[in-house]
Amino acid sequence: MSGEQHDTRWFAAGGVFVLFAVVIGVSIGPAGPDWWRVPLELVNRLPLIEFETGVSDADWAIVWKVRMPRVVLGGLVGGMLSIAGASYQGVFRNPLVDPYLLGSAAGAGLGATIALTIGRDATSTWPFDPVPTIAFIFALATVMVTYTVGAAFGGSRSGVTLVLAGVAVVSFTSAMQTFILQRNVEVIREVFRWILGSLSRADWGDVWLVIPYVAVSTVVLLLHRRHLDVFRVGDEEAATLGVSVARTRLVIVIAATFGTAAVVSVSGLIGFVGLVVPHIVRMVAGAGYRRVLPLSLMGGAGFLILADVPGRMIARPAETPIGVVTAFIGAPFFLYLLRTRRIGA
Amino acid sequence: MSTLTLVDVSVKYSRRSASALTGHFDTVVSGEWLGLIGPNGAGKSSLLKAIVGLVGHTGEILMDGVALSSMSDRERAGRVAYVSQDPLIPDDMTAREYALLGRTPYIGYFGSPSRRDRMVVDDVLERLCLGEFAHRMMGELSGGERQRIVLARALAQQAPILLLDEPTSALDIGHQQQALELVTELRQTEQLTIISAVHDLTLAGTYTDRLTMLNQGSVVVSGSAEDVLTAERLGEIYHVCVTVEHDEGQVIVVPRRGFPA
Repeated sequence: MSGEQHDTRWFAAGGVFVLFAVVIGVSIGPAGPDWWRVPLELVNRLPLIEFETGVSDADWAIVWKVRMPRVVLGGLVGGMLSIAGASYQGVFRNPLVDPYLLGSAAGAGLGATIALTIGRDATSTWPFDPVPTIAFIFALATVMVTYTVGAAFGGSRSGVTLVLAGVAVVSFTSAMQTFILQRNVEVIREVFRWILGSLSRADWGDVWLVIPYVAVSTVVLLLHRRHLDVFRVGDEEAATLGVSVARTRLVIVIAATFGTAAVVSVSGLIGFVGLVVPHIVRMVAGAGYRRVLPLSLMGGAGFLILADVPGRMIARPAETPIGVVTAFIGAPFFLYLLRTRRIGA
Repeated sequence: MSTLTLVDVSVKYSRRSASALTGHFDTVVSGEWLGLIGPNGAGKSSLLKAIVGLVGHTGEILMDGVALSSMSDRERAGRVAYVSQDPLIPDDMTAREYALLGRTPYIGYFGSPSRRDRMVVDDVLERLCLGEFAHRMMGELSGGERQRIVLARALAQQAPILLLDEPTSALDIGHQQQALELVTELRQTEQLTIISAVHDLTLAGTYTDRLTMLNQGSVVVSGSAEDVLTAERLGEIYHVCVTVEHDEGQVIVVPRRGFPA
């Protein structure tokens, strides 16, 4: 059903899911207070409510300074990747597309590799961690190259050429990264860890760093929900309906890319979320973008927060990379949905 | 009633490809139904696409004296509606949502469909007897039902000019007739100017006011069905063996066995 009152119910459900994930995310961890005391303490911290929960200040510091930024960052990263993935899928009308399609991930990977190898000396005097910054710049630059090449070769209206240009640019960028890595084998481990993605070193600083990008990107994408629905009938017909296809696609791609590049530069390459969460949303709540975009944002946020929990516990004190967990949990769930629901491309 | 004037129009897709519409095309269509006929690749679709701005063209295409190419995409979409030969229809979209896309030119960039937009769509669906399908998914509907929903989308666009690229080619003969009768009726009630490409020559002659036959990118002949559809010309242009019969003012093209002379 497609009524607006149903939308509100879905969005409320999405909000509850995120809240649930946040509470689970801050409650469970290898150190700190008993897990069941944390939700009580969260309620206790609300204004006008006061009771004894048995959570010491030291325990609370673990919850607030270690777990909370990690949970918030996980929510930002998961939500951003999912809404960007949904937008990319919509704008290219291709269900296999993820937010890394045009090269944000490959570019960020190359940037991080350069920062950790040949750029290490040059950046050693910088007052801040150079890896995220350089990864961000390379991610944007790579997507820009893809877009320029794709638009030049395929004409402004061809989404397929853009996707193929992405494939070429990504291979080229990855080859450069491999070449650099192969000559600097001593940092392979470090680069590999970055590529696998992690939220384990998250602090409030990372959160404040990505929030502006995620906020702007998300708002712009949400404002284009209706356009994405028009794109579903194809570029040509969207054009006859009065949509400026090339320009609108560029705006959406830029917004999605900025947000993706920002979260990739702080969290590394967390796969699977941006591809699959939008599909799960479509299967559960319908394929209209009016609903898919906000629900992908919320679903992705909650999903990544929850996926970050087992990673802390499985092999502690070591961390299981979150990309491994997202695929472990997400892939079977996705297959289950595929089996039980009709999938619309 | 709107007038569409084409002056010296030709269409070329790219430097390398042969021109799709070379013969310079001139015509004035006002409140009538112009049928485009001709073999595959004759340039019928190219002409329609040029009018709606999907392919570039030389010459001028004017609507009520104003060049369509000088209008913004949105302005043009409010004046010309287009039904593609092979529309891409998302299975996972309700018929009503699909028809509502026709209101796109009237919705602001960051806007959403107004109550009026929904009323227009519901009204169109009701008039095309599609009310019962409004909340069904497009993927669940039959070919004929989908075709009518696509038409509903074009009508919801409330553009005075309607371009139909072989609107009935996917339908069986009964649904073909229904769709064409519907277009005829709507043309009168909505005062539409229609240009359509039609494959079936008998139907083309029966329903349209005027026929223009294209071949290899140029106009062969233009005029009434009786003048255009002659056995000799069809044999020459389509390489087909037909006889043409006349029955109460209707021109009937009957394929015969054998090779054209």
